[in-house]
Amino acid sequence: MDSQLTLDQIAPGSRAEIISVAWDALAPDEAKRLRALGLDEGARVAVAHRGIFFGSDPMAIILGRTTIAIRRAHARAMQVKHP
Amino acid sequence: MSRVPVIALVGNPNAGKSALFNALTGARQKIANYPGVTVERKAGRAALPSGQPIELVDLPGSYSLDAASPDEEVTSQVVMGRFRGEAMPEVLVVVVDAANLEQHLVFAQELIALGRPTVVALNMVDLAERDGLVLDPAALSTALGVPVVPTVAVRKRGLDALLEEIEQAPQQDRTLRHEVAELSLPERRLAAHNMANGAILSETTAYRWHSRLDKVLLNPWAGPIILFALLFVMFQAVFAWADPFITLIEDAIESMIGFVQATMPDGIVQDFLTQGVLTGVGSVVVFLPQIIILFAFILVMEQSGYMARAAFLMDRLMAYVGLSGRSFIPLLSSFACAIPGIMATRAIADPKDRLTTILIAPLMTCSARLPVYAVIIGAFIPSRTVGPGIGLQGLVLFGLYLFGIVGAMAVALVLRRTVTKGAASGFIMEMPRYQVPPLRDLLIGLWQRAYIFLRRAGTIIFMATVILWVLLSFPKAEPGESQVEASIAGRIADGLNVVMEPIGFNHEISLALVPAMAAREVAVSALATTYAIDGDEDAQAAGLTGRLAADWSLPTALAFLAWFVFAPQCLSTIAVTRRETNGWKWPVVMLAYLFGLAYVFAGITYWGAVALGL
Repeated sequence: MDSQLTLDQIAPGSRAEIISVAWDALAPDEAKRLRALGLDEGARVAVAHRGIFFGSDPMAIILGRTTIAIRRAHARAMQVKHP
Repeated sequence: MSRVPVIALVGNPNAGKSALFNALTGARQKIANYPGVTVERKAGRAALPSGQPIELVDLPGSYSLDAASPDEEVTSQVVMGRFRGEAMPEVLVVVVDAANLEQHLVFAQELIALGRPTVVALNMVDLAERDGLVLDPAALSTALGVPVVPTVAVRKRGLDALLEEIEQAPQQDRTLRHEVAELSLPERRLAAHNMANGAILSETTAYRWHSRLDKVLLNPWAGPIILFALLFVMFQAVFAWADPFITLIEDAIESMIGFVQATMPDGIVQDFLTQGVLTGVGSVVVFLPQIIILFAFILVMEQSGYMARAAFLMDRLMAYVGLSGRSFIPLLSSFACAIPGIMATRAIADPKDRLTTILIAPLMTCSARLPVYAVIIGAFIPSRTVGPGIGLQGLVLFGLYLFGIVGAMAVALVLRRTVTKGAASGFIMEMPRYQVPPLRDLLIGLWQRAYIFLRRAGTIIFMATVILWVLLSFPKAEPGESQVEASIAGRIADGLNVVMEPIGFNHEISLALVPAMAAREVAVSALATTYAIDGDEDAQAAGLTGRLAADWSLPTALAFLAWFVFAPQCLSTIAVTRRETNGWKWPVVMLAYLFGLAYVFAGITYWGAVALGL
């Protein structure tokens, strides 16, 4: 039932594990940057913050000891499962 | 020919590379561009323990040798000795953040695998300890097969040991290194994870104040309110805090003029020094305190790690006009000066995003407009309070800033749908950890900005003022005729006035706008010089603000302000735009649209104000 769960659906304060990333759905340089930052298959992340007021874009993701800001569109390409 | 060996500092963004570079080289830095690309080259001198001088190069922060931006491309090429005209570094100093080993060791392994003499600087160990992380450099050194030196750049700790290892590096035993060249990214990441864990002696769940601070500063409601409050304080401070220092500089210039008048015989040389050089250049140097205050705020925001949070908060708003939070940083820098702002756009990966940001950067109210705004506001807006701690003059200034921002956003919206049309850009950004900005780095940053400003005052502004003075002083007027009207400059202004009169500009403004093409603040010195040449003793005593208040109508003054919100009167901005966009096309587009907007809005302001009976 978790098969279609993507990172953008994870509520702030919750954890998730990335199980696959649709790299083709992302611009090549952005894909490269996300991978370099460690947002890749197998990464255990937590969603920490969302954008201002009623917006939900961008998102701040905690990965290990770093916090990384990404757009919701990037998170949508990342399939996750609850850890 | 024996050359000074080049030592490269290389590592992830936010590893504290620049702080280490500053600590090793001090203020003796050479900042230039790599030939052919718009990437900054920072180099400086240091000496090894043996006394051997070395050239340290601070390479752009990268995540990988597989470059994803022009900056990373330079790092990768230089490190591999493939960059033309750049010597292969003798030693690589890989800078890693002690508190973020798991991420930074990924790139470090890639660099070590190149087989070059390498030293790892385990930087910011103090911050790691503050976070409850105790590390074992020896274990890390064994795992990586290269020397590891713990450093605290801010406190100059570990620098001698680092230089010692750099000296020994060419004799390193490279067989100690593990076979890491063939590893794939996931394998390298796993190795980094294991090495990081192996180097951790103890880890307590210490007080994680970063995340607490983020909870407040990135809160969807409190975050933006704090940001806007901070920006408001910043703009008020520029006006309020600078006052005593401005008075000090004014008095100094005043007494220098008095000294020249007392010691030199009357005549053309004395006039040149007092009316031309001292009045003209002095009227610009007076704004140094405001520029320093503005840059101090911006540098503190950058070095504390808050700027990345501001970019996060602004991303949503920037997305409305087709930009991303990344553009916020260059745009905020442009409030100080468009030139570093436009250069900071290099961090924007998307080319169309970057171009749009460059084109709207001159709409951010730079510090060169402050002299113009300050003089006009001082002359025409009464100095009274409209609320607790809020002065009317400051409020008008804030309004002018807002006008520029709204204008910039509207222009961005139009540009993104026309000339820079393209796919919406993304926003990916690592948030650095918070830290108290190191005083030395802050002072070096401020010194570099102040130096650039004073150099401008000493060269471009000096030249423009001198040329204007000559044009204004010759030919000499007949008795009873105005000197300004009779001069060469007066005749030029006559021509320009035909175009400018319909938007409420007078002859003196037309005159001032010509030399102000060099730099906006020259408009003030030009007006000062014009009135100084033409004025009688009483008028000179009233000063520039007094003369303006007496001579100009309020609609004219307001139109003049509106003109300067838009007008691209800065040669340096045009030059830097040409350099950063590699051609004349975009600077010409910038000039055309900004002068167009300036003319239209100055006209609307003038006729609107006249209609309102102001």
